Amino acid sequence: MKSPFTKGLSHGIPIALGYFSVSFGFGIMAVQSGLTALQAVIISITNLTSAGQAAGVGIIAAGGTLIEMALTQFVINLRYSLMGLSLSQKLSDKFTTAHRMIASFGITDEIFAVASSQKEKLVPSYMYGLILISALGWTGGTAAGAIAGLGLPQTLTAAMGILLYGMFIAIIVPAARASRKDLVVICFAAVFSVICKYAFPALSSGFAIIISAVLAAVIGALLFPIELAKEDDAE
Amino acid sequence: MMMVLYIAVMAGITYLIRMIPFTLFKRKIKSRFLQSVLYYIPYAVLSAMTFPAIFYSTDNPVTAAVGTIVAIVLAYFKLPLTVVAVSACVASLIAGFLV
Repeated sequence: MKSPFTKGLSHGIPIALGYFSVSFGFGIMAVQSGLTALQAVIISITNLTSAGQAAGVGIIAAGGTLIEMALTQFVINLRYSLMGLSLSQKLSDKFTTAHRMIASFGITDEIFAVASSQKEKLVPSYMYGLILISALGWTGGTAAGAIAGLGLPQTLTAAMGILLYGMFIAIIVPAARASRKDLVVICFAAVFSVICKYAFPALSSGFAIIISAVLAAVIGALLFPIELAKEDDAE
Repeated sequence: MMMVLYIAVMAGITYLIRMIPFTLFKRKIKSRFLQSVLYYIPYAVLSAMTFPAIFYSTDNPVTAAVGTIVAIVLAYFKLPLTVVAVSACVASLIAGFLV
């Protein structure tokens, strides 16, 4: 029997691999925008998010205001609030306020995806394993990209861009195969997201994701309400 | 100095967005509708993030499409996350040499 911490670490390996490649790109971008490698690494350690960091470096490079920085981060990262709310329903009693305050730091798209696909309730040590290895991949990739990134062949770095999306596919496709309801919601979300991208190009990607996901989930809830879970089972 | 402020604002806002709902929301949601919405949110978020962005994730929509198809087929047969992700990457790398 693996400990929850080890289980979290092993579930985090694909996230860490994907993060390494994505943050490698972030490291290159940050250095090209005039930041030092150390600044890029500090941003990755303290933020642990892709889209928000990329936008943040853009604002720094353009000499934007702090208000602009705050608003941009708020909009792009607002989806984490929704994910936190969803995860809060899956926590075991071991999740005290202090554990929640620490683990919330590690709510990212990918960590949320893996954590929310677990059958059992979430314990802090599992989350810490998942977050630790992911954060190492993210920061390590940033450092490598900032220091050595310009030397790699372009074909390789380009292909690495698909890693994280491949992982998302590996989560949603089996769900869609197992449940027609999940399939319908997944299709609605994809269609809304495509509409946002091409019909409303001015919409930021953070807002586009929030709008598409909430609409699709509401449609799913109206068409196929779930069976209410039995009170506090399996505890 | 300005750099320190930039980074502090970025990190502070991002943390608060994550921390507040996750920490403060301790009740079990009773409404069947809201429970249903929260049940569907993870898949909806992932799907909205993947499409159409996956087709722009490499430097060429054709290699990205090849990787996407490989990922969908392998995921359909329930292969592990890492296998699906790395195969998609390798498939689009190989496709990159062919196109």
